[in-house]
Amino acid sequence: MNTVIITEAFCGIPFCEKEILRYAGCRSADDEVIHLMRDCIEEIRDKLKCRVCCRELTLSLRDDVCDFGCFSVKSKGLAKNLSGCESVILFAATVGIEADRLISKYGHLSPARALMLQAIGAERIEALCDAFCKSIEAKKGMGLRPRFSPGYGDLSLSVQREIFSVLECEKHIGLYLGDSLLMSPSKSVTAFVGLTPDKATETVNKCSLCDKKDCTYRGIL
Amino acid sequence: MTFSEFLKTNLVYLDGGMGTLLQNRGLRPGEHPERWNITHPDIITNIHKDYFDAGSNVVCANTFGANSLKFSEAELEEIIGAALANAKAARVMSTSRSEKFVALDIGSLGKLLKPLGDLDFEDAVSVFSKTVKLGVKYGADLIFIETMNDSYETKAALLAAKENSELPIMVSNAYGEDGKLMTGASPAAMVAMLEGMGADAVGANCSLGPRQLSGVALELLENASVPVILKPNAGLPRVQDGKTVYDVTADEFSDELSELIKKGVRAIGGCCGTTPEYIKALTHKTASLSPVPVKEKNFTVVSSFSHAVKFGDAPILIGERINPTGKKRFKQALLENDIGYILGEGAAQQEKGVHILDVNVGLPDIDEPLMLENAVCELQAVTSLTLQIDTANVTAMERALRRYNGKAMINSVNGKRESMESIFPLVKKYGGLVVALTLDENGIPQSAAGRFAIAEKILKVAKEYGIAKKDIIFDTLAMTISADNKSALATLEALGRIKNELGCHTSLGVSNVSFGLPHRDAINGTFFALALENGLSAAIMNPYSSDMMKTYYSYRALKGFDENCADYIAAAESFAEAAITAAPAQTQKSTEEIKSELQRAIAKGFKDKAAEITKELLAFTAPLDIVKNEIIPALNTVGKGFEEKTVYLPQLLMSAEAAKSAFEQIKTAMSENTQKSTKKGTFVIATVHGDIHDIGKNIVRLLLENYGFDVVDLGKDVPPEKVVETVVRLNAPIAGLSALMTTTVPAMEETIKLLRKDAPWCKVIVGGAVLTKEYAEKLGADKYARDAMEAVRYAESVLSVK
Repeated sequence: MNTVIITEAFCGIPFCEKEILRYAGCRSADDEVIHLMRDCIEEIRDKLKCRVCCRELTLSLRDDVCDFGCFSVKSKGLAKNLSGCESVILFAATVGIEADRLISKYGHLSPARALMLQAIGAERIEALCDAFCKSIEAKKGMGLRPRFSPGYGDLSLSVQREIFSVLECEKHIGLYLGDSLLMSPSKSVTAFVGLTPDKATETVNKCSLCDKKDCTYRGIL
Repeated sequence: MTFSEFLKTNLVYLDGGMGTLLQNRGLRPGEHPERWNITHPDIITNIHKDYFDAGSNVVCANTFGANSLKFSEAELEEIIGAALANAKAARVMSTSRSEKFVALDIGSLGKLLKPLGDLDFEDAVSVFSKTVKLGVKYGADLIFIETMNDSYETKAALLAAKENSELPIMVSNAYGEDGKLMTGASPAAMVAMLEGMGADAVGANCSLGPRQLSGVALELLENASVPVILKPNAGLPRVQDGKTVYDVTADEFSDELSELIKKGVRAIGGCCGTTPEYIKALTHKTASLSPVPVKEKNFTVVSSFSHAVKFGDAPILIGERINPTGKKRFKQALLENDIGYILGEGAAQQEKGVHILDVNVGLPDIDEPLMLENAVCELQAVTSLTLQIDTANVTAMERALRRYNGKAMINSVNGKRESMESIFPLVKKYGGLVVALTLDENGIPQSAAGRFAIAEKILKVAKEYGIAKKDIIFDTLAMTISADNKSALATLEALGRIKNELGCHTSLGVSNVSFGLPHRDAINGTFFALALENGLSAAIMNPYSSDMMKTYYSYRALKGFDENCADYIAAAESFAEAAITAAPAQTQKSTEEIKSELQRAIAKGFKDKAAEITKELLAFTAPLDIVKNEIIPALNTVGKGFEEKTVYLPQLLMSAEAAKSAFEQIKTAMSENTQKSTKKGTFVIATVHGDIHDIGKNIVRLLLENYGFDVVDLGKDVPPEKVVETVVRLNAPIAGLSALMTTTVPAMEETIKLLRKDAPWCKVIVGGAVLTKEYAEKLGADKYARDAMEAVRYAESVLSVK
């Protein structure tokens, strides 16, 4: 396998206030909350370092086993998601460590601010993944399956170890895996994205894929 | 010739990439290249030989990831032994006539250190130590620490190298496009820390091509007094005809590096994507260049994890507020282990504009070494300011310096033999800028001449320890003029002489000068101005004093340090504000009006207003009445709204914070009156072992505090034993555990089991993203709380039964 790890930096992705409020657990917001949110956006804006590293892997599927050449994973959910794909982009994305520093700082000084920064971080990393997938779609001229991360459905979190060793995330984007499989910086995502020859990318409401119907954060469907 | 001798007078050619070459020879993604030392010794040896033949003076053995986190101890020894043997075999085989050295190569452990990650600093030091000891055992000529993208891990590696070997040490970091390390350090900050600890060369490698790294190289050159290393990548990788290629050719690469050698870089080589061909081009092209001599910069500098603070003509402010002396509320916070309070003091002073924070947590009844270490670790997690570690306890000083992520200020040493003997070795080992007080066994000399003589003595002894003049800053001791009206003059004269005759920087605890006098700020501000004019470099001061801040900003504006007087103008706004708030309230409000205002401020989440109104109320209302009649009802209204889903979490928290700031006023009032606070009962709270998410736990803590519980917060990643030990020691009736991840739930289960065994009386309440009521029951918890309000309600029910 001769694919290489590509690193890319992103900046200037617009903020979505509605998404931030959703992550903060607000179905409606008064002036004070809006003010807090905007203030937090200004505080964090220049401190984010949005970076992605990725590698293209070839895929051969046998029943529920996805074989990527350098490692293989058994997962019904992932196999279903990737069926029909011959190659897959494996990527890791992070908004950087400063978000964690700010969240931890305000965890002591102002939990309301910490909560809001946490929500902004969540919105940022999702927006980064979206921006990255869009750029891949454009570069490859192929359609993309919805991205699939460790912990989704029956895909075990432990596959993180293989992902980190194949992407060398520590070196390329400063993303680390802890013993309990948590990532630092915490506002980070690793995922598989299947490439399909048909150009139309499936647009799916992420929340509709999830079984947790009583989730506070469930988007309005 | 030893490597140290060679480094002094020569350009040092390093080697190039190893990983890319191994991949081309069949190393699979995810496979450990270090194992190839044993399985493919011929390939490894040949690559080293090619580098030596190309003109490399130093070849890094293939030990980049050789550490005990990745390999068993037996395999680690085998790998490092084989790796050094391969490199030495290549040295023998090479036909090159250049000097040839073999380095033990040390890369990142692939783990992020606490508090950002989960690897403890001391654990990192001991992992590195094992690698270093093996490197020494198998005959490395030097140690090359490289590609580190975190300053704290770099410190751990350098400390391990220093503690376990006498070998020369080169340290090189991986800087990003923004010219900083991943965790934020600038090149100047890294130079300060690494030189302070005694690195023999500092530099940059990997991540970028030579052109993109040139800015970093120039900043290193500007600041370093040791040789600078540069080992860039061959640009960026891409795939071409199924092969990985890099976009900077050997020719371009060596041209770029030639330019940087002319600017002063002394050790050059390549990283990812470079091959023996690149080194060959480099040695050929630069054969005629002679090394630029390394200049001693004589900078007096300290640093944090992010930036360096240089002492020069513009004054440096050192905030003095993290200190329990004379502050009852601070003492109470220390005794209650209330780190949040200390962090609040740090953050507030940072907002006021100080450059450095003095940290003093000395109290008779606490374990000062432990407390100081904790305070330093917690502070450096939330503030980017440099810390000045202030203690008379040598053990506490060492523990704090060891953990400090940068080059600290050390407060203090003095002219007593005993003081110098205990402090100077710490300065030498950990680096630091040490405050030297001009007093000795005979006390503080009254005359300036006496203090000057002590300063000379201190410099002489420091030199014996290998500590340079630039790393000592003299404090000529401000003493109150109310006892001796000539004392300020002696202080100022000594200050001026030390500055001018010894060429050293100076610092003063300014406010001592006015002790015992009324309206001290006026004297302090004027004395500060006089001291600055006599050459004062830094002041330990109270940043809330508007006279001091006025002097500071005026002095900078008058002395030409403030472009367009911009800082002065910005600060002047706050001078005006202070004058307005000092004026008496114009309209008299009725008690009832103020009361309902407090409730409204809490409901709306106005922190400052809630504090202000509470302060007003305290003038004529008993503290506990305010709590009972105002704060609690306001909180209840918001809490009920939250339960009924008319108020959402951010609003609930904003109200809770406003209530907390009201409580803070009440606490201060009560600690002044030495009243005992009436707490409902002890609630021990923790995020379980292995989990570093604490936002949910912090929310629950805040609300519990609001409702009057005595919350003991053990933080995150807390081992089960610590939870149990605390519950038993405090006889706590209730404990709360938080876990965010499925992978950390077993730690929660284990904690509950241990609690059941050793503290059967304790009710256990759990919460966190992955938990459900059913799951919590399975784990053996007494209660699952969906949110913070539910936790409060349950805690109230448990303690009302008692």
